[in-house]
Amino acid sequence: MLGHGRRGVGRTVNDPGRSSALRPEPSPPAQGAGSAEAPFEHLIELDDVSVEFRSGRGLLSRRRPSITAVGHVSLSVNSGQTLGIVGATGSGKSTIAQLIMGMLEPTAGSVLVRGRDLSRINSGDREILRGTRQVVLQDPYSSLDPRMRVGAIIAEPVTLGRPWLRRSEAVKTRVAETLRLVGLPPMKADLYPSQFSGGQRQRIALARALISEPELIVLDEPTSALDVSVRAQILNLLKRLQRQLGLTFLVISHDLSTVTFLAETVAVMHRGRIVEIGPTMSVYNTPRHPYTIELLMSAPTADGAFLNVPPVPATESAVELPETACPYADRCAVRMALGNPARCIEESPALEIVDDDHRAACHYPRETERIAQDIRANEDTELNRPASATEHGETP
Amino acid sequence: MQDKVPALEVRNLTITVPNGQSARVSVVRDVSFTVASGGTVGLVGESGSGKTMTSLAIMGLLPPGVRVDGGEILLGGEDLLKKTPREMRRIRGRRLSMVLQDPMTALDPSFTIRSQLSEPLRQYRKLGGAALDSAMVTALERVQLSAAKERLAQYPHQLSGGMRQRVVSAVALAGEPSLLIADEPTSALDVTTQARYLQMLRELQQSTGFALLLIAHDLLVVRHMCQHVVVMYASEVVEHGPADAVFAAPQHPYTRALLGSMPVPGETEWLESIEGQIPDVTEKIDGCRFGPRCAFVRDVCRTSEPALTPRGDNREARCWGTAEGGWVEL
Repeated sequence: MLGHGRRGVGRTVNDPGRSSALRPEPSPPAQGAGSAEAPFEHLIELDDVSVEFRSGRGLLSRRRPSITAVGHVSLSVNSGQTLGIVGATGSGKSTIAQLIMGMLEPTAGSVLVRGRDLSRINSGDREILRGTRQVVLQDPYSSLDPRMRVGAIIAEPVTLGRPWLRRSEAVKTRVAETLRLVGLPPMKADLYPSQFSGGQRQRIALARALISEPELIVLDEPTSALDVSVRAQILNLLKRLQRQLGLTFLVISHDLSTVTFLAETVAVMHRGRIVEIGPTMSVYNTPRHPYTIELLMSAPTADGAFLNVPPVPATESAVELPETACPYADRCAVRMALGNPARCIEESPALEIVDDDHRAACHYPRETERIAQDIRANEDTELNRPASATEHGETP
Repeated sequence: MQDKVPALEVRNLTITVPNGQSARVSVVRDVSFTVASGGTVGLVGESGSGKTMTSLAIMGLLPPGVRVDGGEILLGGEDLLKKTPREMRRIRGRRLSMVLQDPMTALDPSFTIRSQLSEPLRQYRKLGGAALDSAMVTALERVQLSAAKERLAQYPHQLSGGMRQRVVSAVALAGEPSLLIADEPTSALDVTTQARYLQMLRELQQSTGFALLLIAHDLLVVRHMCQHVVVMYASEVVEHGPADAVFAAPQHPYTRALLGSMPVPGETEWLESIEGQIPDVTEKIDGCRFGPRCAFVRDVCRTSEPALTPRGDNREARCWGTAEGGWVEL
């Protein structure tokens, strides 16, 4: 109910804001924005991208071991859509964000923005493409310069390299409009970040991302540093802005519920690879990779049932698996349930279509799906909860 | 269980911090709750709600300038506020212990797991030699750390976040305390690691019988771990009761809104959000402290502050309205 009200307010406030003079062409309307502008083209495409980091030379050995942060990742994001990436710390989520922002060069493969390879374009074109993507980071306390006024922070993407614009009325108006867009009073532009709360700071970070009218915003853990009661405000705001402005989002989070709320498509990452990707609800309801099950079972849910985390069959100190093995094999509950088939050790599974747009990197996606259903069916009968009365819905 | 002396009883605890020259402002106001012997209580609240100050007061580790201005903290019936710092040092580790959010700050990066774990075992249980070695391995096995023996020679940086938190827990439980305070123990962990750590903690609690005070901002974690839940908002308890009852039918609009603000996959188009911000402790609020953000606010809420009133079996809420009175529909 509240959400709808705020949505309506946002609409009316926003309209004059889009006809600014700073960008020659006004943005296309929200509905079907991307498809009208560029049919059959992905806004962002990663084609078999790998990123390796070399560690420094050892004291005694000359070898420089390399660490694969991201291995053979292919994905695409269409205009106006939201792709979510979930995974544990170190799974390569943020590396993907850096690649798309052009802050990192891939070791192999290519990153395409509007069909143009970022590593092959000249600096002029790069400059043009730069404004098309913006990023909002997790921590609104460290991402805003404490010595700058909020207005200057928000204006920076347009005034950077063009200092004469800083005092211009057009920029001031734009800052005010953008502040209104994210639900902050324009007169707050003269304050410093320390005068704002966490949720308000995240709105400021969002305003800074919006001012250059980007097509894509990368949201790297946009709500994890926020308090629970403020998180919902920001999530609603993001959803509203996306619909209103036809934005494309890449949402990176370790929290599955954040991603399911915002994204139509979700990619699950594990050790630098995408292990499952597909329509969010399809992945949520019928997971086809054992790691996705592990993630789903681990998250405490609102509906009461405590999901059992499958036991980890092996531990970090377990026997080294051969290079050919599936990277998840050492802790795969499904593999264990199937009696440790040799295929999981002999051959690393590729990301393959299970049905429609739903792909998984598992040799046994159907078996995985069945096991997930079994676990879910058991939840209702087997409430793994602390010993106490469980009479639901009874009002004292 | 009811006959036993509770593991912890906090009665009307008030904690203040200096505000300006001579004034003081309360960060914890009149907070009371009980942790039964072997029981689990969850203390939920956002930043600034006073939950961490409450736990630090129990530990006797309030930062300089912050002081307890009233109330009692009874550990097994003894008032901790009457203890000298020297006595408190003897109590910490032996009778009550704490696990914090970031295991890296609890462990010393320049010492091996062996030296960090042997210290409490030697001090509290007077162990040495082969007995100490086997006690260390047992302690690590109890927190379900794999390859316990090899871990002893390792340094904290060689372990993952989840493993470090297990080591911290082993150190905290080495003195076999009757109460463990876990302050956001899993907030820095990944969701799968969190689930396994919490499972371990629950199993360990069932086998050893220590009482657990779990402090968390995540309601769902508390819901799954605790029998009783205490919800704090702006330095006060706004609702408490058996976890199942509170989550099934919250009696305070704040609890209700928090539960409504969590997305349910596939079902939530828009989230029920709580407008406004958490008030600053120095902010003076007339009437109900949640009033300015409450969707059900009425005239009475703006003028006088409600008291905690009984809401059924072992439940209380601080609200002028009632579920029956019409502010809430579920």
